[in-house]
Amino acid sequence: MTPSRLQLEHIVKSFPGVLAVQDVSLEAYPGEILALAGENGAGKSTLMNILSGSFPADSGKIWLDGVEVNITSPRRAQELGIAMIHQELALIPQMTVAQNIFLGREPRLAAGLLVDTKKMVIQAQALIDQLGLDFPVTALISDLSIAQRQMVEIAKAISFQSRVIILDEPTSALSERESDILFALMRSLREQGVTLIYISHRMEEIFNLSDRVAVMRDGQLVGVTPTKDLTIQTVVQMMVGRELKDFFPKKQAEIGDVILDARELRSGKRVRDVSFSLRRGEIVGLAGLVGSGRTEVARILFGADPLDHGEIKLAGRIVHLHSPEEAIRLGIGLVTEDRKAQGLFLGQSVRSNASVLLFEKLAQLGFILYSKVDAWMRGAVTQLTIRTPNLEQKVRNLSGGNQQKVIIARWLAVNPQVLILDEPTRGIDVASKAEIHTLMSELAAKGMAILMISSELPEILGVSDRILVMREGRLMAEFSRAEASQDRIMQAATGQLAAG
Amino acid sequence: MTTRAAQPRPEGVNWSVLLQRFGLALVYAALAVGLSLLSDRFLTVSNQVNIFRQATINGIVAVGMTLVILTAGIDLSVGSILALSAVITADLLKQGLPVPLGILLALGIGALMGMVNGLMITRGNIPPFIATLGMLTVGRGLTLMYTQGKPFTGLPDAFRFIGTASLGPVPMPIVVAVIVFVLAAIVLNRTRFGEYVYLIGDNPVAARLAGVNTRQMIVLVYMISGVCAALAGLILIARLDSAQPVIGAGYEFNAIAAVVVGGTSFSGGEGGLLGTLLGTILIETLNNGLNLLNVSPLWEQVVKGVVIALALLFYKAINPTRK
Ligand SMILES: Nc1ncnc2c1ncn2[C@@H]1O[C@H](COP(=O)(O)OP(=O)(O)OP(=O)(O)O)[C@@H](O)[C@H]1O
Ligand SMILES: [Mg+2]
Repeated sequence: MTPSRLQLEHIVKSFPGVLAVQDVSLEAYPGEILALAGENGAGKSTLMNILSGSFPADSGKIWLDGVEVNITSPRRAQELGIAMIHQELALIPQMTVAQNIFLGREPRLAAGLLVDTKKMVIQAQALIDQLGLDFPVTALISDLSIAQRQMVEIAKAISFQSRVIILDEPTSALSERESDILFALMRSLREQGVTLIYISHRMEEIFNLSDRVAVMRDGQLVGVTPTKDLTIQTVVQMMVGRELKDFFPKKQAEIGDVILDARELRSGKRVRDVSFSLRRGEIVGLAGLVGSGRTEVARILFGADPLDHGEIKLAGRIVHLHSPEEAIRLGIGLVTEDRKAQGLFLGQSVRSNASVLLFEKLAQLGFILYSKVDAWMRGAVTQLTIRTPNLEQKVRNLSGGNQQKVIIARWLAVNPQVLILDEPTRGIDVASKAEIHTLMSELAAKGMAILMISSELPEILGVSDRILVMREGRLMAEFSRAEASQDRIMQAATGQLAAG
Repeated sequence: MTTRAAQPRPEGVNWSVLLQRFGLALVYAALAVGLSLLSDRFLTVSNQVNIFRQATINGIVAVGMTLVILTAGIDLSVGSILALSAVITADLLKQGLPVPLGILLALGIGALMGMVNGLMITRGNIPPFIATLGMLTVGRGLTLMYTQGKPFTGLPDAFRFIGTASLGPVPMPIVVAVIVFVLAAIVLNRTRFGEYVYLIGDNPVAARLAGVNTRQMIVLVYMISGVCAALAGLILIARLDSAQPVIGAGYEFNAIAAVVVGGTSFSGGEGGLLGTLLGTILIETLNNGLNLLNVSPLWEQVVKGVVIALALLFYKAINPTRK
């Protein structure tokens, strides 16, 4: 057997109130893709953060190509050839793509003081071209989509000539096409002998891509197995410690009257004459490529963005939404796609984050009734299996998936008539995902209308009663649950099918 | 569905949390011990009462400033608000305006000027630094115009009690300051408004999307800051028995210093009034010590500046996630 590239021995890491990684020993080899799976909060990101120098382990040893190394900082990790693409992107929005890629090691002009911008742009462009991407390296990060930002991170990792590249849920914000580009790239890096460690909650991807799968549960390593000896069922079973059958449980709800009716919504170039309606008890999936205008439609319905033209009727009455505050009053909710920028209060407690919408209800003369808030919170934490040592924990310290659950909890608190979910299960583990889908069915059964935006076709197909497809700001197709298929949705989304 | 609590951490102390919580108290204790060794007047009752009485003015201004900074804002205009409300009130009191009305008038002027700040920021989209800098200049200009450069002295005794009377052994200004701190702490920690202040400071975009009326809240915060400044002004002129046109100049610096030394982060959403209270006392003790030790007032500025810089470095060191 080839000597290992990377060897972790007895790694332990704890945070206040949490034993995040317990005595994990793991090996990875040159030229392999090692998948790392596990439930939300299992310790995957923590383990990889240790490897990439974000923080030190409490104890344990790390060997790289047979040499024991002491990874004291992200910079040290880079020097050793370990790059990590984080779950939460870490680019600087006010800088260009090229500046971000070469941050801190820009090519210099002869004098050594000034940055050789020309050379930097050329080198960056070469990298971007190599990845088959089509945005200029002089673009500001803030002007790129999440998917494009992701690709910049990958370009940056590659530019370090890394021996080990760690990708923490890289595809959770990517469209299928972009994911495919990424996978092709990962395979070619594997050919070149790079070790790739890949964290994902998407089982199909893990099975398509990886050579071995390491599974973590409650901070411990449950096992490492060649992928060919595994099935999705066994991996999931290792993850959750029990058997899980139904991935997209769908309970049919009684479909009632039209609750929301949108007519000819128009807003800039992103939304062009979009009309559709939602009924009580109905889950409508909104599919389309990243950038097709789905998020913009959601924001209009939520009063977050202005409407140029068109009208929205709620329960038969025309409403004019000027702010999210108004929309919420009228019973419309939105789980935003970018949880870090638009959803979370990272420095605040789990309690404040999850119950912000409740403060209005559970207050007397402006005083919050914290005992009632906490009683509700404990129920929500249990219902959604939010892993947190206590309600005071800062949301920043929760794992990515658990942060997402906190936001979902926020909306359960107010039980809106119409709930719009923009990529609601991004970063959520398979078991919790099934639970959230069950929850959606239950909410629909109680009469809620749900509009779910998702880039994951199996998810769209699994939970929707009806599916809308958008392309370039327009509604291109509508399918009933029975009619819909991956192919038909993709055709409508990419424009290879006549409108209708 | 089962609940799995996160694994409890087995042992160990979290030093950074401890340091953050008690660091300031430790620094204060060290300073007090040092000063009592260097000067035998430091620990006398009268000197200590003096420190606290001095601290009340800045303390009250700093309460409003804490709220403002928690929303990731800044209020540079507190000194000018204090001045304008003080001189107008002093003038009208002298002309026979009943004391309760005079107090209400001062607070009203503070609220109004704060509201203008808030509206410039939320409706005019002017950064807080610029908006309140404008108010600083305009407020001071109006004060100079109103007074024609001359002080108002000789205020009615019925008014002066808030600066000079005592409740038992406790001077009135301290009583007022304690009430302000307690009220503000209750509002900040127990009410919806208080929660929203933290949420807006942490992430204004998310706050809006969670239905918080961010504009209204921010206007309210600057109004409170204005009212606090005006209240501090009342106590000050009651004590001095005079309202000078330059009264309150530079007070924004002391208030910001107290808030920042107290651990409230400029980037918003982090900190609170307990820290501000300690910060105020710490800074006033430092002032007092420098006085007792006959340090030149020129050095005082330098020392204070260094203390603030050290405090910022300290908070950054124990909490690297801080911006
Ligand atoms: N900085 C921190 N402070 C306190 N607790 C933390 C911190 N970082 C992580 N944790 C805790 O450690 C545990 C493991 O978190 P980690 O982020 O490694 O999970 P994960 O497996 O990556 O989950 P996900 O799939 O949701 O991303 C969680 O319980 C989390 O709350
Ligand atoms: Mg993670």
